[in-house]
Amino acid sequence: MKVLVLIEEHKGSLKRSSCEAITAANHLTTSDNITALAVNSNESTLKSAGKYGASKVVNANESSVKGEAPAISKIISDYASENSFDTVVFAADSIGKEVAPRVSVKLEAGYVSDCVRLEVNGSDVIATKPVYAGKAQAKIKINTSNKVLSLRPNVFTAKIVAEGSEASYSEFTPSLDDSSRSVKITNISVNDGKLDVVEADIVVSGGRGLKEPENFSLVENLASALGGAVGASRAVVDAGWRPHSEQVGQTGKTVSPSLYVACAISGAVQHLAGMSSSKFIVAINKDADAPIFKITDYGIVGDVFEVLPKLTEKIKARN
Amino acid sequence: MNILVCVSRVPDTAAKIKVASDNKSVETTGVKFILNPYDEYALEEAIQLKESKGGELTVITVAGDEATDILRTALAMGADKAVHIKANQLDNDSYFVAKNIANVAKELNPDIIFLGKQSIDFDSFQLSSLLGGLLDLPSVDVVSSINYSDGSITGEKDIEGGKETFETSLPAIISVQKGIKEPRYPKLPQIMKAKQKPIDVKVAEQTSARTEILEMTLPEKARAGKILTGSDADIDELVRLLHEDAKVI
Repeated sequence: MKVLVLIEEHKGSLKRSSCEAITAANHLTTSDNITALAVNSNESTLKSAGKYGASKVVNANESSVKGEAPAISKIISDYASENSFDTVVFAADSIGKEVAPRVSVKLEAGYVSDCVRLEVNGSDVIATKPVYAGKAQAKIKINTSNKVLSLRPNVFTAKIVAEGSEASYSEFTPSLDDSSRSVKITNISVNDGKLDVVEADIVVSGGRGLKEPENFSLVENLASALGGAVGASRAVVDAGWRPHSEQVGQTGKTVSPSLYVACAISGAVQHLAGMSSSKFIVAINKDADAPIFKITDYGIVGDVFEVLPKLTEKIKARN
Repeated sequence: MNILVCVSRVPDTAAKIKVASDNKSVETTGVKFILNPYDEYALEEAIQLKESKGGELTVITVAGDEATDILRTALAMGADKAVHIKANQLDNDSYFVAKNIANVAKELNPDIIFLGKQSIDFDSFQLSSLLGGLLDLPSVDVVSSINYSDGSITGEKDIEGGKETFETSLPAIISVQKGIKEPRYPKLPQIMKAKQKPIDVKVAEQTSARTEILEMTLPEKARAGKILTGSDADIDELVRLLHEDAKVI
């Protein structure tokens, strides 16, 4: 098996999801068969991919394709075909989820998205992915000789396998035709101070029990004390209190953080589906019979208006 | 404008999921099925586009006989005709669905193909880009707003923690985010009228399965389930558990 992994840098280091993808590639084969590919990134940052177990890293010199899935797909497909890679691994983030299917078409590869576990059985790869928003899991075998996988963020814990080790570095200039440049990204506006719920290691969500949109400041304060992101239930998103980008649940985002705190969320099936794979779940709700308590590690039966400020203060005091 | 919207039939979001006796699929008996919620948003965007620019709106699905219900819903909302590619969904992967829709798209030559950003059953998030690859067309995912010009579109799409502004030529494939346009509820006259609209039934082209489900399971739940009160002492206990037990702070 020869594995190519798409990686990205962010502010001078490798993105955590990229490190996770290299770690996952190490579940499939040995480090000498793993190459990481980045587009227009910094040489010394890319070399640090060696720590996570990629022996080589290649940098595509093409400065103008950021966010352009068709162009990035062509760069990866061409590189994989020309250098006989049989497996390509992506983080299942917004760019990975758009690029991976196109690469699978070009390589005539079976593709499993959003994997949470990978197993190798001889030449077979068996991937597990959550389905029905996490209400079930499907174990899927890829039948083709070429394979494409994308990995759910925050699941494969990035592991340093060789501290200080650097990947051997090279560059190439990709060739892009008109059809691969058919989508132009003309502006990117990211709120740098704001963590996305999918990528965050800690998520604090609020629901209708907060009564007024202004009361979400209680949730925001706890999230900020914990260094986490703010999430929301469908009810408060539908009511226009919070943007859809924060919605956790079946018609929102599925998250798997280390800690999920549900504040004044009763726990409708569709919400539980989006967060039940979190490593630790805390719920604060005044209704002891709320369904959310069935899936929590630690529950507080109490009033969020009293509990949240106290909890926030006590956590701040620890920091 | 010649518009194609891909739709799928999925269990209701409130449905309780159970594994079927084959251990490879989910039990469908007693489960309410609906038009995939994200596809409703795609349909509404398409209907409003047709209403402003004219043209024809076709909906397409790859599914078993039972999917006639969601096609009728789409026709009642405002689609002009439907294509039903008959297939037994259980045996088929996303590539099979994409290949069959691509076959029809090549005949119909739509100016724009819409679909929901994901289908809430398998959450595979791959149909739009598979179609893009198979038809060699631009595709943009998780689109939250669109402005139409002659032969091109601009708009915004959601990314982690923000938005990107995009621009692409037509024809193109657009997968939409929830909320792009609020879907309409069809009224009785439209529901009656939809019964007269044509559904073109086609036989699916078989492809060799690139992926295969070996097993379907329910996630294990082994939670501590410790219940505390809102007292100061209990909040201290929670902080201690988060630090010492969960090790998250």
